[in-house]
Amino acid sequence: MIDLHGYGPRLLEGAGVTLQLALLSLLLAVVLGLITAVAKMSRSWIAHRTATLYTTVIRGVPDLVLMMLLFFGGQIGVNMITDWLYYQFDIDIFININEFVAGVVTIGLIFGAYMGETFRGAFMAVDNGQIEAGKAYGMSSSLVFRRIRFPQMMRHALPGLSNNWMVLLKTTALVSVIGLADMVRVASEASKATREPFLFMMVVALIYLLIASVSEWLFARLQKRYSIGYGEED
Amino acid sequence: MESLLTWLENQLADNSIFTLQTLSHYADGLTTTVQLVFLSLIIGLIAAVPLAIGRGSRHAWIKWPIFAYTYVFRGTPLLIQLYLIYYGVVFVDGIQESWLWVILEDPFIPALIAFTLNTAAYTTEIFRGAIKSTSKGEIEAARAYGMSPGLTMRRIIIPSAFRRALPAYGNEVIFMLHASAIASVVTIMDLTGAARFVYARYYAPFEAFLFVAAIYLCLTFAILYFFRHLEKKLLAHLQPQTG
Amino acid sequence: MAATPIPLEVRHIKKRFGDTEVLKGLSLQAHKGDVITLIGASGSGKSTFLRCMNLLEQPDEGDLIVHGEEIRFKTTRRGREPADWKQVVQMRAKLSMVFQSFNLWAHMTLLENIIEAPIHVLGKSKKEAIEHAHALLDRVGLTARADAYPAQMSGGQQQRGAIARALAMDPEVMLFDEPTSALDPELVGDVLKVMRDLAEEGRTMVVVTHEMSFARDVSSQVIYLHEGMVEEAGPPGEMIDNPQSPRLQQFLAPKY
Repeated sequence: MIDLHGYGPRLLEGAGVTLQLALLSLLLAVVLGLITAVAKMSRSWIAHRTATLYTTVIRGVPDLVLMMLLFFGGQIGVNMITDWLYYQFDIDIFININEFVAGVVTIGLIFGAYMGETFRGAFMAVDNGQIEAGKAYGMSSSLVFRRIRFPQMMRHALPGLSNNWMVLLKTTALVSVIGLADMVRVASEASKATREPFLFMMVVALIYLLIASVSEWLFARLQKRYSIGYGEED
Repeated sequence: MESLLTWLENQLADNSIFTLQTLSHYADGLTTTVQLVFLSLIIGLIAAVPLAIGRGSRHAWIKWPIFAYTYVFRGTPLLIQLYLIYYGVVFVDGIQESWLWVILEDPFIPALIAFTLNTAAYTTEIFRGAIKSTSKGEIEAARAYGMSPGLTMRRIIIPSAFRRALPAYGNEVIFMLHASAIASVVTIMDLTGAARFVYARYYAPFEAFLFVAAIYLCLTFAILYFFRHLEKKLLAHLQPQTG
Repeated sequence: MAATPIPLEVRHIKKRFGDTEVLKGLSLQAHKGDVITLIGASGSGKSTFLRCMNLLEQPDEGDLIVHGEEIRFKTTRRGREPADWKQVVQMRAKLSMVFQSFNLWAHMTLLENIIEAPIHVLGKSKKEAIEHAHALLDRVGLTARADAYPAQMSGGQQQRGAIARALAMDPEVMLFDEPTSALDPELVGDVLKVMRDLAEEGRTMVVVTHEMSFARDVSSQVIYLHEGMVEEAGPPGEMIDNPQSPRLQQFLAPKY
C-alpha cells in the first residue's frame, strides 16, 4: 500500500471539508442563479440591471481575488461593526469570519452568476406554446411557473448545471489559500513536511477525479429522468 | 512626462495607500500577469494543435495517452498542478546545487509550465471538438479532389475548425487570465500578488483587492472585445446574408 | 485495343456492408464523350457504385482502370485497400465528383473553393488557377458571386459553384451524385442546364439521378440498378420509352 506518513486520516477529513464546501456552495449558487435568471427576465428595469451588473462583475474578476476580498475585507467590515457596537453600547462581541463561511459565500456568489446564465438559457428554451397552453387553461402565472416552466426548464439546465458543478468542484481548491484545511491544504502541508509532493498531490488529484466521475454518473441518471417523454435524442 | 509625474504625485499626496510606490507594484504585477498568461497561452496553443489531431488518431498508443493527459489536467484543480510542479521541482534531490536551479529557482518557470500544461489540455479538447464537427461532406470533397490526408488536414479541416473553435477559445483565454491569480500562491508578484502585498503592508483589503479587481475587469473586457472583433471577421462566412 | 485509353472502366465491382451485399458485380465502361446515367430506387446501390469509382468507398472485389492505368490493391487486416495511395490521389484528380449536398468548403469563398485543388493538388500557379476559375464562373453564371461564402448562396448557386470547382480540375470524367436531389424544385433547372451544356461539349460524365427527362435527353447510356445488380441497360430511347423488365416499368410508371 501507499505510505501516507500518517497523513491518511487528515487527508480524509480534508476531503470531507472539500465535499461539504462544494455542496453548500452549489446550494447557494443554485438559489442565487435562479434569482438572477428570474431577475434578468423580469420587466423591472432595476432588477434586470442589477442582475446584469452582478453577472458581469463576477465573471470578470478572478475567483481568488473575490475570495480574498470577501475573506480579508469581510473580517474588517465585521470588526468595524463590532467595534462601533462596543463604543456605542458597550456590547462586546467578537465575530470571526471563518474560512469555511467565506469559502461557501464566495464560491456560491461566483457560481450563482454562472448558474444565472445557465438557468436563463434553459428558461428561454422552454417552448412558449407550453406556457400559453397553461395560461389558456386559466393557470395563474405563478402556477404556470411552478408547474410548467420550472420542470421543463430543468431538462435544459442539467447539462450546464453539471458543467458548472465540475468547475465549482475544482474551484474549492482555492480555499486552501485562505487557510481552510481542505484536502489541498493538507496535501500541501504534508508535501512540505515529508518532501514528497508527488505522492500527496497525486492522491488528492485522484480524489478529485473520483468525485468528478461519480458526479458525472449521477448527472447522467438525472438527465435520463428529466428527459422522460422526450425520446433518446437529447 | 516629468510634469505628469509630479501631478500624479500631488494627486496621490492625500492618499496613504495608493502611493507611486504601490502603483508601481501593481504595474509590475500587471506585466508579470500578462507575460505569464500570454506565454502559457501561446505555447499551449502551439502544443494543442498536434495533440488535438493525435487525439483523433486511429492508433490507440497515440490516442489514449493524449486522452489521459487532457482528462487528468481538466479534471483536477490547476492549484494542484501548480503545487505538483513547484514543489516537485524544489524537492528533487540535489537540484538546488545543480545549474538548473538558476532557472528553476524563480517560481515563474514552474508556474509557466503548470499553466501551459493546463491550457494545452483544455485547448486540445476545444480543437478536438471543432475538428470532430467538421462537415463530413467537406472532407469527402477534399478526398474526392485528390487531396492527401495531410493536405486535407492542413487546408480544409484545421482552418475551418480554428474558426469554429474561436468562441470557446476566447473563454479559455479569459479563464487563464483569471486562473493566473493563483501564481501569487507560489510567491510570484503578479497582479494578485501585488494586491496581497499592498493588503499586508497597509491592512487595507478593500482598496487593495477592489483596485486589482477593477484591473482584471478591464483586461477581461479587452479580451472579450478582441475576440468579438475577431469572430465578426472570421466567422462571417457562416452567417447567411441578410437582405 | 483502342489507340487512346478509355477514360474510365470498372469491372465486376462487389461491395458488402456487414452481411448485406450491396453491389453484386457491376461493370461499366465510359468512353470519351459518354454520358452514362445510373437510375434506380433508393437502396439499389447506385450511389455506392459511383462512390466506388473514385474509391470514396472501397470495393471488396473488382478492378478499376482510369485512363488505361489499373489501380493496384492489397489485402490487409482491415480488408482490401489500395496498395498505393499516391496512385489513388492521382486517379481522383482525374475524376472530379459533384455531390448531392454540394460540399463546398464553408470557410472559403467560392473563388477560393475553385482554385484550392488546382493549386494544391495539380500544382498550378495561383495566377493561372484564378484566370481559369473566372472563366468557369462565367460559364456557370456566377461571376458576381466569386467572393461570396457558400452559406451566403442559394442551393442552386452552390451546386453550380461546385460544378465549376469540379471543372477546374480539367477532369477526364465527371461523377455526379444526385446533384439536384437536395435542391428546391425551382432551382433544379439552372443546374440541369449547366449539366446539359457540359454533355453537349463532349464531357465524359457518369450521373446518378432521379431526373428522368435529363436521363432521356442527354445520356448515351442508361443503367437501371436493382438491389446491386444491373436489371436493364441500354440507350435511353429504348430504356425509358420502352422498358422491358417489369421492375423498370414499375419504377418509371408513377413519374409519367
